Amino acid sequence: MELSGGQILVQSLKDEGVEYIFGYPGGAVLHLYDALFQQEDIKHILVRHEQGATHAADGYARATGKPGVVLVTSGPGATNAVTGIATAYMDSIPMVVISGQVPSPVIGSDAFQEVDMIGITRPCVKHNFLVSDVNKLAETIKKAFYVATTGRPGPVVVDVPKDITDPKIKVPYKYPKKVEMRSYNPAVSGHKGQIKKAVELLLSASKPIIYSGGGVVLGEASKELTEFSRLLGYPVTNTLMGLGAYPATDKQFVGMLGMHGTYEANMAMHESDVIIAIGARFDDRVTGKLDLFCPYAKIIHIDVDPASISKTVKVDIPIVGEVKPVLEQMIELIKENKKKPDKKALESWWKQIKVWQSVKCLEFDRGSRLIKPQFVIEQLYEVTKGDAYVTSDVGQHQMWAAQYYHFDKPRRWINSGGLGTMGFGLPAAIGVKLAFPDADVACVTGEASVQMCIQELSTALQYKTAIKIINLNNRYMGMVRQWQEFSYESRYSHSYMDTIPEFVKLAEAYGHVGIRIDKPEEVKPALERAFAMKDRTVFLDIITDRTENVYPMIEAGKGHHDMKLRVALGTSTDRELA
Amino acid sequence: MRHIISILIENESGALSRVAGLFSARGYNIESLTVAPTEDSSMSRMTLVTRGSEQIIEQITKQLNKLIDVIKLIDLAESQHIERELMMVKIRTASETRDEIRRVADIFRGRIIDVTPTSYVVEMTGTSEKLDAFLATVDSGTIIEVVRSGPTGISRGEKGLHL
Repeated sequence: MELSGGQILVQSLKDEGVEYIFGYPGGAVLHLYDALFQQEDIKHILVRHEQGATHAADGYARATGKPGVVLVTSGPGATNAVTGIATAYMDSIPMVVISGQVPSPVIGSDAFQEVDMIGITRPCVKHNFLVSDVNKLAETIKKAFYVATTGRPGPVVVDVPKDITDPKIKVPYKYPKKVEMRSYNPAVSGHKGQIKKAVELLLSASKPIIYSGGGVVLGEASKELTEFSRLLGYPVTNTLMGLGAYPATDKQFVGMLGMHGTYEANMAMHESDVIIAIGARFDDRVTGKLDLFCPYAKIIHIDVDPASISKTVKVDIPIVGEVKPVLEQMIELIKENKKKPDKKALESWWKQIKVWQSVKCLEFDRGSRLIKPQFVIEQLYEVTKGDAYVTSDVGQHQMWAAQYYHFDKPRRWINSGGLGTMGFGLPAAIGVKLAFPDADVACVTGEASVQMCIQELSTALQYKTAIKIINLNNRYMGMVRQWQEFSYESRYSHSYMDTIPEFVKLAEAYGHVGIRIDKPEEVKPALERAFAMKDRTVFLDIITDRTENVYPMIEAGKGHHDMKLRVALGTSTDRELA
Repeated sequence: MRHIISILIENESGALSRVAGLFSARGYNIESLTVAPTEDSSMSRMTLVTRGSEQIIEQITKQLNKLIDVIKLIDLAESQHIERELMMVKIRTASETRDEIRRVADIFRGRIIDVTPTSYVVEMTGTSEKLDAFLATVDSGTIIEVVRSGPTGISRGEKGLHL
């Protein structure tokens, strides 16, 4: 079969099983768009800004586990995509981004809409390719998907000069079934000796804790993690990226850890004698001050990426491998082992944890006549029966969603953890809804974040992705304001906007339903109304208490045992900022 | 401590910038870097001299290995090895200093590879310390220019870095 470069690209994506492409056309990709036009298998989702394309593809990837695919033109199309590529990179999300490039003969001449996409994205991709020969195009696409989805996943950019997709030049097409790369062989199963050592250490622990992260979600090892944890009876804490990998409503779950984690999770980390980190990378938002991190613990670390091991925290037993097979082996070994977890020690450990839990670090003022953001998330959890896909932007609302929506399943919590990209939530929700049209998809956001990719409301209308936007509107960049209150004597430097749009009208202008509420008793009915409108995107503009802070908190330079808790419950009621 | 990391890398355009970019992005320092294709032209061999604590060197080797284009690498400083650097020095000569410079170059097993009535170019290979010692011996006022390749190295014995 002889095909042009443009046709080869499209056919390769079909052979790869791609369902959706998120993209935006332009000069350098016109040949490609022409090839797309002449087929019906792959559905193209036209976004309103290339950043939206990457976030939507990212949301799709996080919800399904399949790679997200993006198509953008050269120059500004490519640079607009960079934030979304970096977002996917930081959270190890499989993504293939095809960017147009100016024709090969003029590369390097500062041609119209030329940027060095390979150079620009090099630090924020798992790998990138510049296609220099149409005969190698299919193989390059295969390699891109292979690299993006194996080992520690990540985004891969394929930069395609316009002449490569020229409809007049046809070459034989064959999509390789598999590729091998001598320079790329990701580890799968862990070292048996290390696994054995780890199991011995785990079984001899008296204050153990299981600290698991996004790697468990990415590695589809949620079932194994749950079995492993139940077998041992140890407390489990999840990172922000790992929420849902272990059921949040389970009695062994002690909540999220880290900067805005629960008091009990952080205290248990601090006091523990054995930690097993599973697909987590000791991020600075998790560890707090490194010198103070888990001073009494021996640490086991399972990760598919050797470079994640002992990067910031020195570990005692490293295991390089995919989480799933390693956990399977561990479960096997624990079952075989004559030694069982120390029941007495474990009992007194749980007793201690219960004491920490009794602090009730997530309590908030329920008597307020203003809408408390935490209350909104609790109501969202109830109305959606805990079964929605929840995307978020970045800031206070993100932390509240993480704290108060109890995720029992993996891939339900979709947020930008590593890069912390405002503007992620709305396009990501569109990507999720395309993948799961019948599911409830909520985007928990704030009035600052949502404006960063607000144009995607238009995309939501075009593709009838009926998402529910839960806008926690506190008229501040809440997290910035909170830090300014705590660390800058409440000098609120540019953390508010004097001109916030009327979101109801805005939603209506985009063809959606807008609802504004400002009383606590309106929250539940409004949510119910919104989710009852199965075929409409609803923008819920919820006016919340603008002074509310996220608690508990580990402030910069402090350790897990030194959390700032909400002092004297109720005193913040109706507190207005000067 | 000083480490010499020897890397086999795909001979692709941009491979060098991936390595250089990694070092700048993560704040590692590069003392020197040499690169050329191997007997198999699809691969390049890169020799990189860097300094850092054990922990930093461990991260450097892991991060380098993580680059998709990197095929294999070893830290030569971890075992017995030979290292050599090539240097060419252009020296201004006067009739009364010409013999002296030749004698010193001889002692260091250097060769004079270009001669004009007023200058020599001395070629020399050896460890970096030896080259430093030669430069310290020559009157610095007479040195017109110095070109050094940066060290390159190979392990001793039968074992080697190959596919």
